[in-house]
Amino acid sequence: MSTRFPIARLALRSIASRRASAALTCCAVALSVLLVLGVQEMRESARQSFASTIAGTDLLVGPRTSGVNLLLYAVFRIGQPSNNVSWQSYERFAAAPGVDWSIPLSLGDSYRGHAVVGTTEAYFRHFRYGRDSRLEMTAGQAFGAGTEAVLGAAAARELDHDVGDEIVIAHGLGATSFLKHDRHPVTVTGILAPTGTVADRAVYVSLATLDRVHETATPSFAPAPADDGGHDHGTAAESGEITAFLLGLESRVQVLRLQRTINEYADEPLTAVIPAVALFELWSVIGVAENALLAVGALAVLTGLVGMLVAILGTLNERRREMAILRSVGARPRQVFLLLVSEAGLLAGAGALLGVALKTAVLGALASPIQTRTGILLESVWPGSAEAVVVAVVTAAGLALGALPAWRAYRNSLADGMTIRL
Amino acid sequence: MMHDATQNGPPPVLAATRLRFGWQPSAPLLDIPALAIAPGEKVLVRGASGSGKSTLLNLFAGILTPVTGTVSLLGTDLSALRGAERDRFRAEHLGIIFQLFNLLPYLPVLDNVLLPCRFSARRLARARASDGSEEAAAHRLLAELGLPDAAPASAAQLSIGQQQRVAAARALIGNPEIVIADEPTSALDEDSRAAFLALLQEECERVNATLIMVSHERSLEPLFDRVIPMRELTGGTP
Repeated sequence: MSTRFPIARLALRSIASRRASAALTCCAVALSVLLVLGVQEMRESARQSFASTIAGTDLLVGPRTSGVNLLLYAVFRIGQPSNNVSWQSYERFAAAPGVDWSIPLSLGDSYRGHAVVGTTEAYFRHFRYGRDSRLEMTAGQAFGAGTEAVLGAAAARELDHDVGDEIVIAHGLGATSFLKHDRHPVTVTGILAPTGTVADRAVYVSLATLDRVHETATPSFAPAPADDGGHDHGTAAESGEITAFLLGLESRVQVLRLQRTINEYADEPLTAVIPAVALFELWSVIGVAENALLAVGALAVLTGLVGMLVAILGTLNERRREMAILRSVGARPRQVFLLLVSEAGLLAGAGALLGVALKTAVLGALASPIQTRTGILLESVWPGSAEAVVVAVVTAAGLALGALPAWRAYRNSLADGMTIRL
Repeated sequence: MMHDATQNGPPPVLAATRLRFGWQPSAPLLDIPALAIAPGEKVLVRGASGSGKSTLLNLFAGILTPVTGTVSLLGTDLSALRGAERDRFRAEHLGIIFQLFNLLPYLPVLDNVLLPCRFSARRLARARASDGSEEAAAHRLLAELGLPDAAPASAAQLSIGQQQRVAAARALIGNPEIVIADEPTSALDEDSRAAFLALLQEECERVNATLIMVSHERSLEPLFDRVIPMRELTGGTP
C-alpha cells in the first residue's frame, strides 16, 4: 500500500479549481500544436502528392533549362516553358536503342482554365502515377484520330462534361483567352479515373488535334496539313515542336548513359532529367520555406507554452499559502516542485492532445475541399506516430518550462516553511 | 559537549538549549537558555504579534535552524537531521494548525484531513491502528470535533470555525506526539474560541499529545497547564 500522495492527483485537483484559466492555457497550446501539425501535414501531403504525380518515367526531356524548372512546367504544370523541343529530336530519342516507350507532351493551351495537354495515346498506355498505377478510364476511351479529347476526372467534374460533349480549346493559358479556336470543336471521348494528382485537372488531346485547332488561330505556327482530318496522328506534329517528352527505358542501367547522350546532343540543346532526382532538388529548394513555416509553428508552440508559464508564475504568489499548508502536512520541497512541474506537464499535455484532436477534426473536414482545389490528397488525417511525437515533445517542453515556477515555489517553500505570508 | 542535567521524570518532548536565532547576529530575535516541555503538557506561548512567535514555531518545527544551540524533539536533535529527514520527522510527529485558511480549497474536507496520512507512512499506520482505516479516523475526529456529516464536503464552503475544526482534525490524525497551533482561535468569536480550545485539548489529552500553542490573548491563559511569556524567550527584550 503506497503512502505517497499521488502528486499528479493533487495537480489535477488544483488545475480543476482554476479551470477557466487552465482551459485558456490549454487552448493556446492546442492552437499552436494545430498550426505545427497542420503545416507538417500539408508538407507531407504535398510531397506525397508531388512524388506520386509521376512514376515509372526514367527520363524527362525538354529544352535546355534547369531540371527543377523542366519538372515544374512539364509535369506539375507550374510556370511556362521558355522553349520547345523539335519533333525531330523527339523522334530521334524515342527511337533510340533501349527506349521502351515515349510520350510527347505539348502544353500551352487551355480550356476554361484547365491545361490542355497535347500527347499521343501512348500517354494512356504508359503513363504511371502513385505507386506505379496506370491511368484508367471511368467512361469512354482514349482519343483516336479524330478531333477528340479525354478529360481528367477533376476537369470533367468541374466543367460538367461527359463523353460526347463538344468543347472549344483556347490558345494560351487562363480561363479567358482572346484567341479561341472556334472552328474546331473537340469531342470528348473519354474521362479518366481520379488519380489525386495534377493529371486530374487536364484536358488531353492528340498532337494532331492540337495542330488542327492551331491552324485557324495561328496559321503560321504550324503549316497546315494537306488534308483536313483523317490523317495519322503525329504527322501534323512532325513539322512542329513539342514542349517535352517522357521516356521509359527497357533497363534502368541505361538511364544515365542515355541522359548524358541527350544532354550532349549536338543538334539541339536539350535537358534530360531523372524525375526523382529533379524532385529531390525541388525539395531542397522548397525545404527552406517549409522549414521556415515549421519554425514559425515551433515558435507558436513556444509562445503557447510561455503563456502557460506566465499563467503559472502569476498564481505562485497567491499559492504560497497552499505550499505552506502542504509543507505543514509533510510535503517536502521536492514534492512542491513536483506538484508544479506536473501541473505544467498536465496543461501542456492536455493542450497538445486537444491540438491533435483539433487537427484531426479540421483536416477531416477540409480533406475533401483541399483535394478538389489543389489535387493534394491529405495522407494521414488520423493521428499517427508524428502526432505522438509532437504530444510527447510539447509535454516534455511543458515539464521543462514548468521547472521554472516549480523552482521558485521550491525556493519559496524552503524560505517560507510553514509560515504563511500574505 | 554541554549537556543539561535534566531532572528525573519522562524525557521532554521538546527541549531547546542555548538557542539563539536572529536575522542579524548582533540582535538575536530569540534567546532561549533552556526550555523543556514534558509529554502531554499543554503550553501557551503568549506574546504580542511581531514578537517572534512564528519564528519560534518554525524553529520548533525544524523549518528554521537556530544560529546557535539546539532544538530536540522527542530526543532527536533537529539540527543533526538533513533537510529531507527533518521534513519526514515533522510529517510523522507534528500536527500543525494555522491561524487561518488551513485548508486546500480544491480538496474535499475528507481529503484535507487525510493529507498527513498521504505524506507520512507512520501517521497512516497509526491512524489505521487506532480506527481501522484512515478514513474512519478522519470521520471520527471530525465527529468528535463537532463537525456534522451534514457540513459541506467542499473545504471552500466551510465557515471559519468549521475550517479550524477540520484543521484540528488534520493535525490530530495519526496521533502525532506534538500539536503546534499558531493563533488558531484568533479568527473565532468568544464562544467558539472556548469551545474550539476545549475540543482541541480534549483530543490532545486522549492521545497524550503535547499541545504547544502561541497566542496573544491573555484570556486563554487559565486554560493551559503552563504559560510561557514570549518575553522570556527573547532575552529580555519585549
